[in-house]
Amino acid sequence: MSAESIAVETPPAETAGHAGHRSGERRALVSVNDLKKYFPIRGGLLNRTIANVQAVDGISFEVKRGETLGIVGESGCGKSTTARLLMRLIEPDSGDVIIDGKRVGADGMSLRGMRRQMQMVFQDSFASLNPRLTIEDTIAFGPMVHGVPQAEARTRARDLLAKVGLDPNLFIRRYPHELSGGQRQRINIARALALEPKIVLLDEAVSALDKSVEAQVLNLLMDLKRDFELTYIFISHDLHVVHYVSDRVLVMYLGQVVEIGPVDEIYASPRHPYTQALLSAMPSMDPDNRAEKPPLAGDPPNPINPPSGCRFHTRCPFAEDLCSKRSPTLELVDAAAGQFAACHMTSPGSGHSKAPQKRATA
Amino acid sequence: MNTPIAEANIDVAQVAVQSRGYWTTVLQRLRRDRVTLFFGSVVLAIILVAIFAPLLAPHDPYHASMIKRLKPVGTEGHLLGTDETGRDMLSRLIYGARLSLFMGIMPVINALVIGGALGIIAGFVGGRTNMIIMRAMDVFYAFPSVLLAIAISGALGAGIFNAIISLTLVFIPPLARVSESVTTQVRNLDYVDAARASGARALTIIRVHVLSNVLGAIFIYSTSLISVSIILASGLSFLGLGTKPPEPEWGLMLNTLRQAIYVNPVLAALPGVMIFITSLSFNLVSDGLRSAMDIKV
Amino acid sequence: MLEYILRRLAYVIPISFGVTVLCFALVHIAPGDPLDAVVGADAPAEVVEKLKKDYGFDQPLPFQYARWLGRALSGDLGLSVVNNQPVAAQLAIAVPNTLMLALVATAIGFVLGTLLGGLAGYYQGTWIDKFATGFGVAGVSVPHYWLGIVLVIIFAVELNVLPATGIGPGGSDGWKFDWAHLRHIVLPAITLSVIPCGIITRTVRATVAEILNQEFIQALRAKGLRHGRIMLHIIKNAAPTVLAVMGLQLGYLLGGSILVETVFNWPGTGFLLNDAIFRRDIPTLQGTILVLAMFFVFLNLVVDILQTLTDPRMRRG
Repeated sequence: MSAESIAVETPPAETAGHAGHRSGERRALVSVNDLKKYFPIRGGLLNRTIANVQAVDGISFEVKRGETLGIVGESGCGKSTTARLLMRLIEPDSGDVIIDGKRVGADGMSLRGMRRQMQMVFQDSFASLNPRLTIEDTIAFGPMVHGVPQAEARTRARDLLAKVGLDPNLFIRRYPHELSGGQRQRINIARALALEPKIVLLDEAVSALDKSVEAQVLNLLMDLKRDFELTYIFISHDLHVVHYVSDRVLVMYLGQVVEIGPVDEIYASPRHPYTQALLSAMPSMDPDNRAEKPPLAGDPPNPINPPSGCRFHTRCPFAEDLCSKRSPTLELVDAAAGQFAACHMTSPGSGHSKAPQKRATA
Repeated sequence: MNTPIAEANIDVAQVAVQSRGYWTTVLQRLRRDRVTLFFGSVVLAIILVAIFAPLLAPHDPYHASMIKRLKPVGTEGHLLGTDETGRDMLSRLIYGARLSLFMGIMPVINALVIGGALGIIAGFVGGRTNMIIMRAMDVFYAFPSVLLAIAISGALGAGIFNAIISLTLVFIPPLARVSESVTTQVRNLDYVDAARASGARALTIIRVHVLSNVLGAIFIYSTSLISVSIILASGLSFLGLGTKPPEPEWGLMLNTLRQAIYVNPVLAALPGVMIFITSLSFNLVSDGLRSAMDIKV
Repeated sequence: MLEYILRRLAYVIPISFGVTVLCFALVHIAPGDPLDAVVGADAPAEVVEKLKKDYGFDQPLPFQYARWLGRALSGDLGLSVVNNQPVAAQLAIAVPNTLMLALVATAIGFVLGTLLGGLAGYYQGTWIDKFATGFGVAGVSVPHYWLGIVLVIIFAVELNVLPATGIGPGGSDGWKFDWAHLRHIVLPAITLSVIPCGIITRTVRATVAEILNQEFIQALRAKGLRHGRIMLHIIKNAAPTVLAVMGLQLGYLLGGSILVETVFNWPGTGFLLNDAIFRRDIPTLQGTILVLAMFFVFLNLVVDILQTLTDPRMRRG
């Protein structure tokens, strides 16, 4: 967990988006480039836009086929907005999402087409299922929208119920209000899978469940991923859960990506001070290892008026003058692991006192 | 036990047996609500009286007789007396149910369709469309309903048709407002997002997901408007802006019988009793339905 | 918050504009010639034409609207086609009469409604609650013009203790604060108060019940606060909503008094309106509706702003 990183060779403009090429793997399944979404705040006499909530401010990342990418961050960091932007439930202000090589909205990938590839599981709230529809109708709705005949859609619904661990005969004609939270989440998952997507976005999908139920649902998700060869994007604020399910982890802060890398690397040696603080805030199982001081001071700043330069500098124990002036970019910090961080301390030649020296490129 | 536990009648036995829909629950609640059941039967009775008026009325409601004017209640052959031109009160009250109910319910139905559609569209589409529609409604809202009804009726002139148009226009804004409010709430729920995420088109989403969750509240609200509508409709007739003589209609009858209050006060008050009972019953039934359907509008 | 108030004020302008357009349009969608009231159907054409010019009915509608609005803003609401009196002058007499009636009726409704509603809410579920609620429901279900007639029958015809019609003895149309005149306002005010009483009862009951069910009341009770002090808390929390409803009711009464005024021959705006409708007196009609509607808009504005000021939750604006 040392802030001093081993000097690594970082060719210029190396961003997370090119990781795939560099490590010689297949093209990524999902590629997000510079996604932005600002929400205008209107005020004043004429309802002009007086400020913007910079919810998502230029994030880029990739998701490889068959992996689980965990996205973590505090409330208000923009994770849920990101999910909705990916699903196009909200229109992004700028940026692209590329799925399997095709840009969404162009290149022959219509919105409708995208929705056959990528689906979302919502957090269990009572509002995630239509209280007036039976379970069967809820699950069959998606396929029928895409032209699957009713009988076949219903059969598919039954199969999926079985796959998520619910007896079709018992549940097919039930209504959401008769089910428990865990059961409702299984329905949510079945609904998402009904369209046979390749990618599933899980937005705090287990956050509202009791711990024991949460464990069951997580295991179910792992099984389903294996059986259906899915790719997951798992959004959560619960670091333990993310550790358990993810292959790679992306850390968000105030609408930006601050670190991304393989799960074990991130958890063992986080490079970004924010990640370090987050991880040290996790309560330990060891009673001798109590946290004496809170790792992070203060509240997260307002996304309406984010701090200048590096957004984390107001709470960072290592902040220097440079940090409030220049924003760090996401750069490779560990080539072997494929770990990236956006911090001046890890960026060679940035000018930060703890930054490594820039090695002369051969 | 300071706070009474509200309607927590969770029947454990039944949960296990069979899946119950929403409506079964509603019917169950209704069956236990005696007040609503009673007044519901009153409403039903009045409607039936209106439908079967020709069979029930002992006399022709238009048949006037100058010698039999203002006979008191209990006169032989005229159970409720006769009015100021000698027509049988009972028959006129029975036939009056037709017009009064018609003029009360028709505008609400019209407004439900028009106002409901406007509100649902405004609520679902949002944005500028919403603003335009709701601002237009606000202008109508700037008038107290009675004034608006009278102004429109006054402009259009007397007559049943005009009165219905007038009342329809009066009820469209509140219905639009309620529909918009409920639709906006539903639209922001996750399951609507899930439906959008599955690629469904707007009309499909409205049809499958929004309508069934929205119509309940809108419907309940409109039933609460019926009692107001009946009062307003007969009020218009009372002023001479609704039904024209010699049609039997409760409000109009109240007007023409005013001259009789010194001679035969009970008679003069009778049509109002009918309006009161009808309006009250509709009101209580509407309240009962609202509790049964557990809607907070 | 100031911003909210300013925005609310600014909002009044387009609404008022819409109201004036509606007022104007209402009268002009009326079938028939606006001059029917003045001349007979068989009047010679030149006379009709001249009168049309005099009243301005021959100009295109938008022009008529602009002229009417312009004059109205300076206080000139035109001349009644029926009796050639300035509309504004007639309104100046009628409005105070209606205002007085409406205020008294609202006061009665408020006092009675708050009492009943408060009791009902406080003693939820008991017979007191059922009685008060029933009273409230009856209040909104009763055709108030009929109630007026019934009251007249009981008190004027049968018991002969109160006068049946008019604002003052001997059919006078002025008002003085003496007993003779006060007798005249009793029945109309009670009649008019029934509907707001019903609505206020319902509102107060619902508000009080809702507050009582909130957890902070339990906390207060646990602290050992007695009934009286709890009442104070309830009143503080319920006040904004109730005041808002009351304000709105006042507005409704101003506009909706026509029926009661007709029953009691009360020389207010409603009476004027009634007359104007039947004699197809367009200027009076337009003027009266405009004034009443603007009163309502203004009242809504005041209620909104007061609510913002008194309800701390809304202060964030």
